[in-house]
Amino acid sequence: MQSKSNNSLIKVRQLTKRFDKLIAVNDISFEVFKGELFGFLGPNGAGKTTTINMLTGLARPDSGSIEISGLDCSKNPKLAQHLIGIVPDESNLYPELTGYDNLCFCASLYGMRKHEREERARDLLEKFGLSDAANRKFAGYSKGMKRKLTIAAGIIHRPEILFLDEPTTGIDVASARQIRQLIANLHDSGTTIFLTTHYIEEAERLCQRIGFIVQGKIVRIDTVISLLQPIQKKHTMVISVLHPDEGLHHKLISEFPEYSIELVSKGQFRIVSEKVINIGPLVRCIEETGGEVSEARRIRPSLEEVFVNITGIELNAMKKEKQKNGRSS
Amino acid sequence: MKRWIAFWNILLKDMRAYYLKPPNISWGLIFPVAWTGMFFIKSGKGLDSIISLLPGVVAISILFGTTSMLAVTVTFEKKNKSFDRLLLAPIPLRLLMLAKTSGAILFGSINAFIPIIIASFLADISHVNWFALVLAAIMIAIASTFLGLFIAVSVSEVFEAQTFSNFFRFPMIFLCGLFFPITSLPIFLRPLSYVLPLTYGVDILRGAIDKGNIMPLWLDFLIILGFCVLLFAISLKNIHKRWIM
Repeated sequence: MQSKSNNSLIKVRQLTKRFDKLIAVNDISFEVFKGELFGFLGPNGAGKTTTINMLTGLARPDSGSIEISGLDCSKNPKLAQHLIGIVPDESNLYPELTGYDNLCFCASLYGMRKHEREERARDLLEKFGLSDAANRKFAGYSKGMKRKLTIAAGIIHRPEILFLDEPTTGIDVASARQIRQLIANLHDSGTTIFLTTHYIEEAERLCQRIGFIVQGKIVRIDTVISLLQPIQKKHTMVISVLHPDEGLHHKLISEFPEYSIELVSKGQFRIVSEKVINIGPLVRCIEETGGEVSEARRIRPSLEEVFVNITGIELNAMKKEKQKNGRSS
Repeated sequence: MKRWIAFWNILLKDMRAYYLKPPNISWGLIFPVAWTGMFFIKSGKGLDSIISLLPGVVAISILFGTTSMLAVTVTFEKKNKSFDRLLLAPIPLRLLMLAKTSGAILFGSINAFIPIIIASFLADISHVNWFALVLAAIMIAIASTFLGLFIAVSVSEVFEAQTFSNFFRFPMIFLCGLFFPITSLPIFLRPLSYVLPLTYGVDILRGAIDKGNIMPLWLDFLIILGFCVLLFAISLKNIHKRWIM
C-alpha cells in the first residue's frame, strides 16, 4: 500500500465545493495512481464535472486539498497545468479554425515550437483518422469527429494525466466505439487517465478502478474485479412471457421460493439465485397458466447491478438518462 | 520562452480569426470616413475644419474598433467554452489576458491612422507632434480595449456585450470633448467627462494635432495610464471571481 501511495499522481483530500446552498462536491477524498485508468461514475449532476474543474483549475475548492504529481494545486492550480490534458464534456475547439490549425494552436499554448507542433498535429490527425479532414474547419466536423479532435487536442502536449469528461456522450455508436478504442490505446501507452462517465458499461470495459459519486459524495471506490466479486456468484436470468396471466408473478414466487423473482415490466421477469437456475420447471409453470415463453436469457453479472446496489439508483432511471442523452447502444 | 510562444500564438490566432477578416477591415475603413464626412458637412467650414475634427475622429475610430471587437470575441469564446482552453493553459492569467487584448490594441492603433492618412490628403498636417499622437493613439487603444475587456467579463451573452458597449460608448462621444469642447457642456455634466478615460486621450490628441489641449500632456498621459491599470486590474479580479468559480 505504501508503494502505491507513493505512486499516486492525483491525491485529493476532503474536497468540498458549494454553489450557494447546493453542495456540488461534498468532502471527497481519493487517489489516482500512475498509469491507471480511473473511472469516476455517477448520474448527471452528481458532481463529476465540478470535481474535474477543481482538479484542473477551472473551479476553486471551498475546502480540501489537491495534489497533482506531488505539487500542491489547492491554491495555485497553474502549477500542474503543464502536466495535464483536458477533454471537456463539450467539444470546445475553435469553429473558425481548421482541424490542423486547432491542434497547432493548442500545442502553442503549451509552448511547443512551430516544427514540433506541426509534426505532432500531423501525427495525431493520422492516428485519429482525421487526416482527410485536416484542412476543414472544425465547425463543419461531425459530432464524432469533433470529439476525436478534442481528444487529440487534449493530448497534443503529451500530458502525464488526461482528464476525460463524458467522452462518448451524445455521439453515435460507431464513433463511441472508436473513441473507447483510442482511450484504451492511450492508456496502454502509459497515460494516466481520469475518466468521468455515466455509462456504466463503458467504465466497466475501460477502467481498472472506479469511484462512484452520488449527490456530491463518493459512495465507493474499488477495482472493477473487487466490485464485481460479490455478484459473480449470483445467477441472473430474464424470461419474457407472451400472454402472461395476471397472477403469474405471485405463482412463480410461491412455486420457486429459492429464487428471487422480480417483475421488470409486463411479461418480463428477472430471476436471481445463488444456485444455477433450472429453466425447465419455470417454463412448465408459466405454460400451465396459459403463458408462452418467448425468450429466456442468462444475464452476465455487470457493474450496473453493483451500481444499483451501492447507490440505490434505479436501473430504469439510468436508462432514461442515457436515452435523454441521445445514445442508442 | 514557452509563455511567449503561447502569447504570440494567441495574438496571431485572434488577428487571423477575428481582426483581419474582410468585414472588420471594411468596418475599420468605413466608420472613420463616415464620421469625418458627417462632422465635415455639419461644420460648414470646408477643409479648414479637418484639423479641428481630426482628434475626435481618431479617438472614435479607436474606441469603436476596440471595445466592440474585444467584448464580442471574448464573450463568444466564453460562450462556446473555447475560452476555458486558454484558462487551462499553463500561462499566468495576466499574460493570457494581455495576449488576448493585444490583437484589439493593435487593431485599434491601426484604425487610428486611417483618418490621419485621409486628412493628410486634405489638410496640412506637417505641424503635428507625431510622438505625442502615436503615443496617444496607443494609450486610447489600450484604455478602450481594457474597457472592452471589462464589458466582456461583466456579461455572458454576445448581444449583452454589444448593448453594454454602447452604454459606455455613446455617452463618451458627447462627454469626452470629441466634437464639442467640455467647456461648452452644461456644468452638471462636466464632472462626468473627467471620469472617462477618453477625455484625456482626446486632450492629448488635441495637443498633438493643434496644440488645443486644456491640461498638461504629461498629466493626461498619467491619468489615462491610471485608467488602463485600473480597468485591467478590475477585469482580472472579475475573471477570477466570475470565470474561475
